[in-house]
Amino acid sequence: MTALTRPARPGEDDAAPRPLPWRRMAGVTWRQHRMTLAGVAVLLGALAVWLWTAGTPLHNTWATAAACHPASSPSCQNLISAFDSTATNKFMGSKGAGGVLLQLIPALIGAFAGAPVLARELETGTFRFAWTQGFARWRWALAKLVLLALALAAATAAFGVLVSWYYQPYEGVGGQFLGLNENTPFAYGFSLREVTFPAWTLAAFAIAALAGVLIRRVVPAIVATLVVYAGLAFAAAGLLREHYLAPLATTRLDLPGTTTDWVLGQWFTKNGRFAFGGNPPSSILNQFCSSGKAAGPSFAPCLSPHGYVQWTSYQPASRFWPFQWIEGGWLLALSALLIAAAIWLVHRRAA
Amino acid sequence: MNVVESRGLGKRYGRTWALRECTLEIPAGCVAALVGPNGAGKTTLLNLAVGLTAPSAGGLTVLGGRRAGSPAALDGIAFVAQDTPVYKTLSVADMLSITRSLNRRFDQPYARARLDELGIPLKRRAGKLSGGQQAQLALTLALARRPRLLVLDEPVAALDPVARHDFMATVLAAAAAAADGVSVLLSSHVLTELERVASYLVLMSGGRVQLAGAVADLLAAHGRSSLEELALHYLRETAPEVTR
Repeated sequence: MTALTRPARPGEDDAAPRPLPWRRMAGVTWRQHRMTLAGVAVLLGALAVWLWTAGTPLHNTWATAAACHPASSPSCQNLISAFDSTATNKFMGSKGAGGVLLQLIPALIGAFAGAPVLARELETGTFRFAWTQGFARWRWALAKLVLLALALAAATAAFGVLVSWYYQPYEGVGGQFLGLNENTPFAYGFSLREVTFPAWTLAAFAIAALAGVLIRRVVPAIVATLVVYAGLAFAAAGLLREHYLAPLATTRLDLPGTTTDWVLGQWFTKNGRFAFGGNPPSSILNQFCSSGKAAGPSFAPCLSPHGYVQWTSYQPASRFWPFQWIEGGWLLALSALLIAAAIWLVHRRAA
Repeated sequence: MNVVESRGLGKRYGRTWALRECTLEIPAGCVAALVGPNGAGKTTLLNLAVGLTAPSAGGLTVLGGRRAGSPAALDGIAFVAQDTPVYKTLSVADMLSITRSLNRRFDQPYARARLDELGIPLKRRAGKLSGGQQAQLALTLALARRPRLLVLDEPVAALDPVARHDFMATVLAAAAAAADGVSVLLSSHVLTELERVASYLVLMSGGRVQLAGAVADLLAAHGRSSLEELALHYLRETAPEVTR
């Protein structure tokens, strides 16, 4: 039997001991979650390789088109349309499903990395080991969640940079894909960039961590996270995003950013008063646009001679980065709040 | 100094009291046994002592007046929970490293020597160890923290007789070897195991402490020759109250 020698322990008796240094949690977190981090690295690494392989020819086609002079010559136009067809048909292009699929990545990473942190301890009973050590349990939870959040944010931000690189040629053609464009709130480029991609990942991670303490089981916590995340993502894209900054309104028919601005709505006025919103009612169309030429989106040419003024409210493409930071900001605040709630529950909860 | 001191301590889950009106003074330097049938409130009392649960009534201090669950208290207490939970996917070496990081004191040479003696390889995953080895690992980690109070919840319930004997031998050796005295508080319903080790007895049933005191005193006062006899006598007597 090994003898248990115990030297005297001077002066540690009654005063509350100095807390153990935070850095000790680095090794603990690494040992317990290295498989998760490796999984995230492999997933993002594979996606990065794929994005790189798909993006390189795109960049090459674009470079050739951009180098062509004069730009208006037929041969140059051919190059540009060649780029357009490459761009739209690629997986990540405006007609591809890749961008939509990539939207799942923050949710999956966050849910699978975040849910086990607390739920697995509660599910397997190891919380009775972890929470009775000399490291106060709220500090234990805080250190783990913050360290993992930082690691995930760094990895996903790097991936977001790659996504931005991928989209560079699209922006180069002033084309169809700035994220705020497409005239749809679901413009899928928007949540995949270097600000929003880590922010959405953090949000999923924080939701999962909190769900883990509340539900106390890993798989249900992951499912709950995906459901809540989907609701939040749709609410953000469909309801919130267009209100980040007050939209501009103009009577110009050609918006400054032509195809890159995000058009939110259109209405017509007559004699300074609101006439109708959206498309003209059929009665007016039959009266003024009977020629049938007005089948396109713009009814202004046939209506303006009769005193109608077309208004367009829009978010200019130049607001792309402010919008990125606004979305990143509120997601970061939300994540911090949820993580704080999870830590508070660990601290308070009667296990 | 009392290692555990409680006054009017109670814990309620919903409308049921798992523990009530518990007043205890367990002195330092003894091996105290919490004895009672399932549902007597033993685990609840131990969870309160290590701060995993907060009391619904009354109060509890450990190690001479430290609030249960406070950093100062947990610094001097090592707890081995029921079914000795370990991180099953981690190696024994990882468990050692994690426990070392999470505590002010950790006697690494002791832990390694002890595991070596037990034939537990450092590289083995904790989940691949036998039940007895997992229990020994959890106990080794707890002892390497050099606690002043070692709290064990049903440590041998799931073990076979040999593992049971070895486990208790380790506990006793640690308690005896400690120069400034490690106190032990353990719960069990295996009475025969306690006979050899316990010097203080807390008899519980129905969420209440029925009897508490030094084993020698209790045996003399009640004219019983063994702890088992005393415990059985008392638990039978209080049984109707338990079922009610």
